[in-house]
Amino acid sequence: MSAAPAIYVEHLVHRYGRRLAVRDLTLRIDRGEVFTFLGPNGSGKTTLFRVLSTLIPQQAGRVRILNEDLSADARRIRERIGVVFQAPSVDGKLTVAENLKHQGHLYGLAGSRLRERSGEMLARLGLSDRGNDRVETLSGGLRRRVELAKAMLHRPQLLLLDEPSTGLDPGARSDLWRYLNEVRERDGVTVVLTTHLLDEAERADRIGIMHQGELVALDTPDALRATVGGDAITIRTNEPQRLAEAIGTQHNCLCMVVDGGVRLEQPDGHQWIPRLAETFGDQIDSITVGKPTLEDVFIDRTGHQFWDGQNEQQETANDE
Amino acid sequence: MLSNDSQLPASPPRSNAVLAAWTLCQRELVRFVRQRNRVFGALGQPIIFWLLFSEGLKARDLGYRYFFPGTLVMILLFTAIFATISIIEDRREGFLQTVLVAPVARWAMVLGKILGGSLIALVQALAFLALGWLTLGISMSVGGLFAVTLLMLIIALALTSLGFVIAWRMDSTQGFHAIMSVFLLPMWLLSGSFFPAGEKGILGWIVRLNPLTYGVSALRGLLHYTGEVPEATPIASVGMSWMVTCLFALAMFALATWIAKTRTTGDLL
Repeated sequence: MSAAPAIYVEHLVHRYGRRLAVRDLTLRIDRGEVFTFLGPNGSGKTTLFRVLSTLIPQQAGRVRILNEDLSADARRIRERIGVVFQAPSVDGKLTVAENLKHQGHLYGLAGSRLRERSGEMLARLGLSDRGNDRVETLSGGLRRRVELAKAMLHRPQLLLLDEPSTGLDPGARSDLWRYLNEVRERDGVTVVLTTHLLDEAERADRIGIMHQGELVALDTPDALRATVGGDAITIRTNEPQRLAEAIGTQHNCLCMVVDGGVRLEQPDGHQWIPRLAETFGDQIDSITVGKPTLEDVFIDRTGHQFWDGQNEQQETANDE
Repeated sequence: MLSNDSQLPASPPRSNAVLAAWTLCQRELVRFVRQRNRVFGALGQPIIFWLLFSEGLKARDLGYRYFFPGTLVMILLFTAIFATISIIEDRREGFLQTVLVAPVARWAMVLGKILGGSLIALVQALAFLALGWLTLGISMSVGGLFAVTLLMLIIALALTSLGFVIAWRMDSTQGFHAIMSVFLLPMWLLSGSFFPAGEKGILGWIVRLNPLTYGVSALRGLLHYTGEVPEATPIASVGMSWMVTCLFALAMFALATWIAKTRTTGDLL
């Protein structure tokens, strides 16, 4: 197995005008991994995706994809990567087979080799009986499959997907992940995707959590969760600052205010409920205890909740 | 378990610029044929214009034969516009992204789009020419027909390329329609299709500087009629007209290839 990583990024920076979308990002993704960039809208993961998929040129830093330098020869990289964009990229007026045909031609596949590969892709993605249907007649889930077929037609070693579950029902999502795992197991393809869905991120080998252009966490899901010191206890109250201080003093523990709620992390969280209710019951509107989730990891590292009004604003600025 | 390398091909397929251009061209043709309203829209308007102008201005010695070459060029212009509006659609629908990340040279992508649009325009113009042949008594040798076809193809290439340049930086079709009314239609109106060339004053100058004028002039020169010949002073010699038209096409194509290398935020969806 080759030792060169699938993706190697060093000090990547990207700006839109004056706005910094990606700040000094460094990471390495190994071959055969399923890697997910997790982040809310505006975190910079889409920008990162655009750079890695060669859609936009890199501005600063070093990027090597499949052992090729991105700034030197994008073409060689393009030949060996498959890309599935968030917005549907199939031609609705053409049939499934025609879409694959044109895609194949763009990648240098032609004639019998193309026909063979197309047939193979259609079979693997369960589209064999829809080959002659116009794509506009297909459901969202099937269209996604056509896009996967298009992306994998030329047998790339790296598959990049941007928010692949967008618009898919749970059944279709399941199918998608089954396929992604299959290409990894069977063909050794490295799969890299971006998502804002916390439960989807759990399925990856490793996750890179992004926030405001920075990589704030990078590890396996289990390892990340283990970094959260115990269960997460969240309290809704009228005066969070006051309550947080009071609890912190009373129980000699770290108690923070996160986005208007009081939050502490303690092992055996369930034992804290009666403890806190007894002392502060009249100030507590609601109290929740949960095993650490990726959202807790996010809160831990950034001090913000995953879904944040602030993040939405970032996203609109991005579009300008 | 087999290792990576023995399962995958030794090297990925090498992409071929000509194949890429051809496949994109083919896609344009197929898409056109599958959209009935485009077919009718592109031919219907020029025919109506031709009928109206010719009937309306018959009294002033300007008739069907006079307006015929201009109408042919109008068909080429309109189809070129429709073809390039599709760039904006492609971008909105996301198709463009996959082409942009494919290992295809930019000029091949541009050529595919422009060639596709031009061929569609040419076919429609030829259909109109056939109509003219039936109704106006056009007489033409095989050589003449070949020349007319070639000339119309060159004009179509020029206009589609121009449309490409305009459409590439646009995010909405409304913007394109505005440009069409303010720039492209006047360009056609002032190409000798409508006002006779050789006017004095500023209009005359615009006509002289408009590269499309030379295309119309060359076209007029090639269309021979049995019987009377419509009076129209050619703006330049036949050779000059052809040369200007060819240069126009080359310049526009070069511009299109250049602009396709620039990115716009509209690429990103």
